[in-house]
Amino acid sequence: MRKKIRVLIAKPGLDGHDRGAKVVARALRDAGMEVIYTGIRQTAEQIVNTAIQEDVDCLGLSILSGAHLKLFPKIVKLLKKRGGKNILIFGGGIIPSEDIPELKSMGVSKIFGPGTKTQGIIDFIKTQIDADGKRR
Amino acid sequence: MDAVKKEKKNWEEKVLKKVLEKRPERKKYFENYSKIKIGRLYTPEDIEDLDYLKDLGFPGNFPFTRGVQPTMYRGKLWTMRQYAGMGDAEESNKRYKYLLKQGQTGLSVAFDLPTQIGYDSDHQLAIGEVGKAGVAIDSLADMELLFKDIPLDKVSTSMTINAPCAIILAMYIMVGEKQGVNLSQLTGTTQNDILKEYIARGTYIFPPLPSLRLTTDVIEYASKYLPRWNPISISGYHIREAGATAVQELAFTLANGLAYIKALKMRNLNPDDFAPRFSFFFAVHNNFFEEVAKFRAARRLWARLMKERFKAKNPKSMMLRFHAQTGGATLTAQQPDNNIVRVTLQALAAVLGGTQSLHTNSRDEALALPSEDSVRIALRTQQIIAYESGISDTVDPLAGSYYLESLTNQMEKQALTYIKRIDKLGGMLQAIERGFIQREVQNSAYLLQKKIEKEEEVVVGLNRFRSEEESKLEKLILDPKIEERQKKRLKELKNKRNKEKVKKALNDIKKAIHPAPARRSGVHKQENLMPVILEAVGVYATVGEICEVMRQEFGEYRESVSI
Amino acid sequence: MGLIEKILQGDQKAAAKLISKIEDEPTSALEELKVLKERIVPVHTLGITGPPGVGKSTLIARLIERYREKNKKVGVLAIDPSSPFTGGALLGDRIRMQMHSPDEGVFIRSMATRGQLGGLSRATAKAVKVLTGWGADVVVVETVGVGQDEVEVMRVADTIVVVLSPGLGDDIQMMKAGILEIGDIFVINKIDQGETGHLERNLELVRPGREREGWVPAIIKTIAVKGSGIDELHQKIEEHRKYCGKPREVERADED
Ligand SMILES: Nc1nc2c(ncn2[C@@H]2O[C@H](COP(=O)(O)OP(=O)(O)OP(=O)(O)O)[C@@H](O)[C@H]2O)c(=O)[nH]1
Ligand SMILES: [Mg+2]
Repeated sequence: MRKKIRVLIAKPGLDGHDRGAKVVARALRDAGMEVIYTGIRQTAEQIVNTAIQEDVDCLGLSILSGAHLKLFPKIVKLLKKRGGKNILIFGGGIIPSEDIPELKSMGVSKIFGPGTKTQGIIDFIKTQIDADGKRR
Repeated sequence: MDAVKKEKKNWEEKVLKKVLEKRPERKKYFENYSKIKIGRLYTPEDIEDLDYLKDLGFPGNFPFTRGVQPTMYRGKLWTMRQYAGMGDAEESNKRYKYLLKQGQTGLSVAFDLPTQIGYDSDHQLAIGEVGKAGVAIDSLADMELLFKDIPLDKVSTSMTINAPCAIILAMYIMVGEKQGVNLSQLTGTTQNDILKEYIARGTYIFPPLPSLRLTTDVIEYASKYLPRWNPISISGYHIREAGATAVQELAFTLANGLAYIKALKMRNLNPDDFAPRFSFFFAVHNNFFEEVAKFRAARRLWARLMKERFKAKNPKSMMLRFHAQTGGATLTAQQPDNNIVRVTLQALAAVLGGTQSLHTNSRDEALALPSEDSVRIALRTQQIIAYESGISDTVDPLAGSYYLESLTNQMEKQALTYIKRIDKLGGMLQAIERGFIQREVQNSAYLLQKKIEKEEEVVVGLNRFRSEEESKLEKLILDPKIEERQKKRLKELKNKRNKEKVKKALNDIKKAIHPAPARRSGVHKQENLMPVILEAVGVYATVGEICEVMRQEFGEYRESVSI
Repeated sequence: MGLIEKILQGDQKAAAKLISKIEDEPTSALEELKVLKERIVPVHTLGITGPPGVGKSTLIARLIERYREKNKKVGVLAIDPSSPFTGGALLGDRIRMQMHSPDEGVFIRSMATRGQLGGLSRATAKAVKVLTGWGADVVVVETVGVGQDEVEVMRVADTIVVVLSPGLGDDIQMMKAGILEIGDIFVINKIDQGETGHLERNLELVRPGREREGWVPAIIKTIAVKGSGIDELHQKIEEHRKYCGKPREVERADED
């Protein structure tokens, strides 16, 4: 059994607006999780290798530059290739509603939009990970 | 005063007490975003120490609390500046020409992220970002296209560029030169405020020390050759958007300003030679009086700091002129029309705070790129304030309010406390390198988020007074071919230009950088890099190539995690 | 294929899983470790410690460059404290090593102390073995050196590098009892940020380090952000590695 939930919070793309990512990272830490934060400007390779090496349960991607439809698929695909298909993926940032179905179909479990409560994210992660015993 | 005090005591005991017993107040403790305690009632007692002549004075006079011009908006309204812009150089050029035809005289240029962090459009990290948040500029060729048929002696151009500012400004100068425009005729602003990039916004490239060198190179160069250029716009806006309180925004912005002045002084320049062209850029948020007080405190504190610390003589060196923008982070995606009201309140505070120019956000900016309708409403908001409210008919109309003056004093005092703390850490550079500033800002952001979640802070439509309708984020449609087009242009350029000259010019930059700054005190001995950058830009070396040389020599900055 | 086989073939995911198991279910991981232990030869283990923010992670990122130039595979264990109140942790060391993340020859793992430091040094020693099994030619362990407990963690290392910075001149005296006693090599990093004389004099006064026969603790000055002094450091580490001879079995703290 996993004793601690491990989460990677990553910012793909070039934008430096990391307020949201950092608030979430801190909230998850304060909720007792082990949070790996890798900073801004991360490539898909960096994110995926980090997720694998750190054996995280959960990957949170924050992106505000509008490049999500280019970057998310790249990350998800690579993650699957590297054997990380059990990792729960969620996203946050400015993501138009009409892009959400596409992101979900490729394996992003949830998109948290502007105004999301951090408690909502915490609950989501805990519920998902509890529900999915094999993740542990 | 004694009578007032006595009477107040009387009132508290005889009147207030009874009411409080019967009906307690809404909260036990009232405070604003800056954690300043808000009193129940402000009376002359609260501004007992205020010395009108010393602390407020007259508009246009030291310490400029009441404004930087004697007549303020009676003479001339603030500039209503709304910016936008994206795509490639060709498209933006068309849009600029259209705007100029409509009578606009100022252009503002936003650059895409790869340009802002020194990558060419064909760089691996640029994928998906080319032309997105602004125009993509790889080389002088793009800049020539951007300003094609636009006479640079007739327009004033404001450019939001920081880390590669020296390169972009060099390109602008070269375009002017090719048009036959003299350096002294160029007017405009470059943001060039690198320190705040480490605190917020994140478009840094190099570590703080060499970055500061580039920033001061630009300012020094401008002070000698570009008399009508504002070489820096010291920006609190992004710090605030990253979660800082109003006091933090004020303190950190001025502290950044002080760091630039200090660095320039180390080059044996006199503050009066460059400080008059410094400008500032602040955010304006919802807490009305807090914001008005912030602007008044900013002017007074800057004036005092310039006079006391740097012995400035020219009043213009002490005058804090600023641009304001309504707070993007205060907008909600829920019930977006409410944002119109927020923007109105914020705009009003900026005007009552004496801003020189103002950008009002569109109601849907929390969602996507604003629609034309929304942009128009945002502009109309400013016009209604300017022409219908009567606020612009007298100078600094809120002065003398017990509350406002007391708040102005407190904001100034608290900001100064922060500035002194930063001094103790060894200045802003050290404070940033140690992650102190970032930690303070992130902490405020986190606390505010917690308060909103606990409904200790009400955000209408978000945590209270919600309606069922779901907010939908509109999709931003951008020409997907921009990236390809830009890459093709870059490839052609690289084939066409004189490779030997480029190589030599890049090598010259490398040589000019050395010896790399070994210690802080070495800053003033260094060669100004503008001339070699101008050379390189002139032979069509790209932003990416020049920045790569600098990356090699300066190293790259990696953020401090300090959550 | 079993987990161990996969690890031995260089599978990062398998190695990552076993490290998690060591952290989460130490007892049941013992079996696997026993099998693993028989299949590996210990490799050089390098401990990097020092006060918060002196540049340990940045230095490691630079050292990785040197090892990779020689085609050596590198494993890194970066240890950060868990919050005693919430049990959560923010693991941020790898932010400075992320340029190596895409490199298949580098494996970086962040570990939280999880409030049991004695246990941590055991887990660390085991994780070193996993990384050895994965194929690391050298394993680097980073801890913040503030207390006796972290000193304990450092006992897994063959070579201990203690990192300091110029601003620390006067604090040195207070560190005497802790990390200063265990260093084989001392690094004064961030020499671009100020005078080192004061610190050097104080270091001289304290005469720190584990002076052993034939080894005098060295002091090396670096600017990690710019990469200067790294060659000297790398060389000194190699010298110490040769001085140590065969890497020690990482056993001491290992017996459960
Ligand atoms: N000026 C300067 N800054 C440096 C140098 N080395 C590291 N830094 C900076 O110091 C800060 C801390 O560096 P880290 O490598 O994270 O330090 P650390 O010791 O691993 O920090 P913790 O793991 O948090 O204890 C970063 O901002 C680095 O960029 C150096 O040689 N000179
Ligand atoms: Mg570290």
